[in-house]
Amino acid sequence: MWNRDRWQEMFYTLRKNKLRTTLSGFTVAMGIFIFVLLFGFGNGLKNSFEEFFLDDSTNTIWLRPGQTEKPYRGFKAKRRIIFKNDDLTDIQQNFPFFIQYITPRISRSDLVKRGKESNNYTVRGVAPGHQYAEKTIITNGRYINEADVKNKTKFATIGRLVEKDLFSNKSSLGHQIDVGGVSFKVVGVFKDEGGDNEERHIYIPYTTQQRLEKSNDRVDRIIVAFRPELGHAGALALEKKLNTFMRKKHNIAPNDRSGIYVRNVAADLKETQQFAGVLQLIVTFVGLGTLLAGIIGISNIMVFVVKERTKELGIRKAIGATPKSVVGMILHESVFITTIAGYAGLLAGVGTLALIGDSLEEFFIINPYISTGTAVAATITLILFGAIAGYIPARRAAKIKPIVALRDE
Amino acid sequence: MIEIKKLHKSYAMGQNTLHVLKGINFDVAEGEMVAIMGSSGSGKSTLLNILGMLDVADSGSYILDKNPIKNLDETKAAIYRNKFLGFVFQSFNLISYKTALENVMLPLYYQKVARKERQERAQKFLEQVGLGPWAAHHPNELSGGQKQRVAIARALVSEPKVLLADEPTGALDSKTSYELMDVLQNINDKGITLLIVTHEEDIANMCKRIVHLRDGVIVEDKKVKQVRASSYVE
Repeated sequence: MWNRDRWQEMFYTLRKNKLRTTLSGFTVAMGIFIFVLLFGFGNGLKNSFEEFFLDDSTNTIWLRPGQTEKPYRGFKAKRRIIFKNDDLTDIQQNFPFFIQYITPRISRSDLVKRGKESNNYTVRGVAPGHQYAEKTIITNGRYINEADVKNKTKFATIGRLVEKDLFSNKSSLGHQIDVGGVSFKVVGVFKDEGGDNEERHIYIPYTTQQRLEKSNDRVDRIIVAFRPELGHAGALALEKKLNTFMRKKHNIAPNDRSGIYVRNVAADLKETQQFAGVLQLIVTFVGLGTLLAGIIGISNIMVFVVKERTKELGIRKAIGATPKSVVGMILHESVFITTIAGYAGLLAGVGTLALIGDSLEEFFIINPYISTGTAVAATITLILFGAIAGYIPARRAAKIKPIVALRDE
Repeated sequence: MIEIKKLHKSYAMGQNTLHVLKGINFDVAEGEMVAIMGSSGSGKSTLLNILGMLDVADSGSYILDKNPIKNLDETKAAIYRNKFLGFVFQSFNLISYKTALENVMLPLYYQKVARKERQERAQKFLEQVGLGPWAAHHPNELSGGQKQRVAIARALVSEPKVLLADEPTGALDSKTSYELMDVLQNINDKGITLLIVTHEEDIANMCKRIVHLRDGVIVEDKKVKQVRASSYVE
């Protein structure tokens, strides 16, 4: 296999039969190229899917009050449920071992002014834990902290785009902004992977928000983060317990569907992951299909190549080529072509994916990629099948009596 | 050099079998130049193919240079062909994408001769058939006679004991044919045994012995006085 003469003879034959060489090489390169591209797109689709659903923390349970639809324990139906600060402390005290942190959220839309610039933004009264629930990333300064909550400070952490709008890219840190007529000092700037909307938020201590609203103690919703060690089953159990606990406390019938809403991100995540799994399956399926098409392509080419060379093989045999050397020659050529072309297709595919990058984001394809292992395995598969596809007709050709092969015009 | 006894060969043609060779007994000594003649269908090409191990007989014995040729698998046949025999075909059978020199080099490649030596020996034989300056030409740039001379050089380059030629002049005009026969006679003069299948009387008369085949049997086997082709060639 590794003798120099044989390589020379092979290169010579390939060079002298450019059309044939190009054709079979092209088939293989194309097969791998399309495979890499499709597989990469599939992965890109999965990426964007995950980005949609996973920009928030996945270990949270969200509680939101509603309006009862059933009378219960002497209370009439259509009663509006209201969460208060004591709900926070009660949950914390009753489930201390399950909870990582707990935070309320009070959402308001306020006109925010700074000098001549003004705009409407969502202002959220939160506790420090909210930063983890939303996966908020601080780029400058700090987030709202416990001291802020305790002292009801007029400090605000603003989104990147809020800063851009109001401060036209200058640092906002330490400057005052007017939120709904009240002056707040900017103590931090954040970004959020969840998209532009998330970066047009302003966070302030929830206690401050309550003080501004006639010193009430109401909260819109409660976000409870459980310890990740609980796992999926533990999260479901906790969700159920929390639900029962809150219904009991607020006198909501256990089967009242609208008195309280509980959303478990962990359960959503499970569904998301299942869907992603289906996507992965489709991607794999498409990939295998492409690969199969490639294999069939090479097989056709190889049958054609051997057929075309029947006479030449007959001549070679008449002047002393053994069947083994005939089969070896064809295999050597086919493996060589598929290897080189496969590698080229691989590089082209990976290169194209890199080039595309995030430019197809509007088609929900983010960062398309293919793992090296998958790509190499696909190439090797194609080479292997190219060899098998070459071997079968080559062996048949080698078995033909030279006299029959020579008669072939 | 060649001894064959009771050689039989038949081909299946659909339902019927065509009995082509019906018990051929035939000896060729070293250095002979034998013409095998007969009308088409007489079995002359089949005989040559069996002698050349391109085809196998149904029964009978064949001894080539003291080697009994039987139960050959393709690999062994290939080695024998490469070692003992050279072929010249009516349709030349050169590999079109190789130059004249490379075509001649090919048998040596299968003998695993080093490239440089292959080149030198091939060049030598090309010169012997008068095609030294044409070494770098491809077959499609050569005339019929030149192609056949390349084929002869290719058959000779492995220095075979026996050269088998199947209608070597069949595709050539008579002038070119005589030139080719001159080449073949010169080869024979060097001691190489030659078997030539032909149906042309004048070509046959340029050999030293004529064997007539009719319907699968030898009907005549005579020595003739060789006509030298050089007398026709300027």
